Amino acid sequence: MAAAALALLVATRKGAWILRGDADRRRFALDGPHFLGHELHHVVLDRRDRRTLLAAAKTGHLGPTVFRSTDAGRTWKEASQPPAFRKARDGEDGRAVDHVFWLEPGHASEPGVWYAGSSPEGLFRSENGGDAWEPVAGLNDHPRNAEWMPILKVGTPDGPILHSIQVDPRDPRHLYVSMSGGGGGTWESVDGGSDWRPLNGGHLALFQPVPYPEYGQDPHCVRLHPLAPDVLWMQSHCGIYRLVRPAETWERVGDNMPREIGDIGFPIVLHPRDPETAWVFPMDGTDVWPRTSPGGRPAVYRTRDAGKSWQRLDGGLPREQAWLTVRRQAMTGDARDPVGLYFGTTAGEVWGSRDEGASWSCLARHLPQIHAVETAELDA
Amino acid sequence: MKVWIAQPLRSYTQQKSHVEAAGATLRELLADLERQFPGIRFRMIDEQDRVRRHMRVFANGAPVEDLATPLAPGDEVHILQALTGG
Repeated sequence: MAAAALALLVATRKGAWILRGDADRRRFALDGPHFLGHELHHVVLDRRDRRTLLAAAKTGHLGPTVFRSTDAGRTWKEASQPPAFRKARDGEDGRAVDHVFWLEPGHASEPGVWYAGSSPEGLFRSENGGDAWEPVAGLNDHPRNAEWMPILKVGTPDGPILHSIQVDPRDPRHLYVSMSGGGGGTWESVDGGSDWRPLNGGHLALFQPVPYPEYGQDPHCVRLHPLAPDVLWMQSHCGIYRLVRPAETWERVGDNMPREIGDIGFPIVLHPRDPETAWVFPMDGTDVWPRTSPGGRPAVYRTRDAGKSWQRLDGGLPREQAWLTVRRQAMTGDARDPVGLYFGTTAGEVWGSRDEGASWSCLARHLPQIHAVETAELDA
Repeated sequence: MKVWIAQPLRSYTQQKSHVEAAGATLRELLADLERQFPGIRFRMIDEQDRVRRHMRVFANGAPVEDLATPLAPGDEVHILQALTGG
């Protein structure tokens, strides 16, 4: 770890930037743009080799693809076979990937394996480091696919998406995915993606005729704790939840948030070592759902007791008239001690904290709309 | 035949605005383009063989979407970018 350099991988609507940090994370230098004018939904480090980056890209005109770098972002090469659905059979309404939304390295025991989630909802797998991708038929062609992933235009403003791909560090065959779209919710596979079942007990869907359906919720971001992989956290369209397996019913721990703030938001970040600590970035979910910082006073909220209580962390953030929006992939943390936290806004600012959220400073501004921020401990 | 390449695709054609390619149908022409310029086809044609929403293909000045459209040597094909948002 000592030789590694921390970088922030910032994916925006108009390209990607890499913020390369100094040794103590005080200053970050902007490296970029990479892919200027391309829409980047996610740029992710392969934490197994700490050198390979994958970038999910499209443009206003061109179809979706994935770019790979094996030298920490200095050079990039396009995947030879980007994620794509299988060809439709006669009479079937075929799906086409609009954009790759989520990239996730596979299990540590499977170097070269990557997963990708797309819009419309689809799951894809690569076994050669992200160069060639195949659809995961067990989900994309599941017998209940028409219910779970109906071909509808509804979903997020960018379309229905499959996101929050989580791989159990104890078992490469144990997977979770979440979807925001026509169906929606969280699904689990225990056989490497051959079969799936919904895992949505206790998860509210205020926008459905039945408030607690089998599926049809809108999880915005689901995270599995790397050291306590029975612990899952979720920031949903309808609250903040926690689930400790083998239980199957999510607990709405966001009910313990201050009433005037609420528990609506997009990202959720877990402490890399303490499964009872998490951070969220609340958004205004009242009235017509502005999805901006409540009252124009942005803050991160943290729990250290598994959601029983939450503390406001706004040191260094604007005090008033700051209507920030942070998307589901645009907040993250590093694994250092104390933990560094980072978020990017739709107005193109990157903020960072070196003290677990107690104080914040602006690391970059004037970037395009930020879709995603990921940390990368680079060996190079 | 001569194929005009839209600006966003020229990273695949070494920035050439037009290239030579062959095929008795649009499908075959696209296969030849893909052989010469790997990766170019999927950026303009989706996995269901549909021309992408913000791309346009013209054969001898007429818009075409069906990949079975016949082509002949001497035809001129334009692959253009359609309007899209800002």
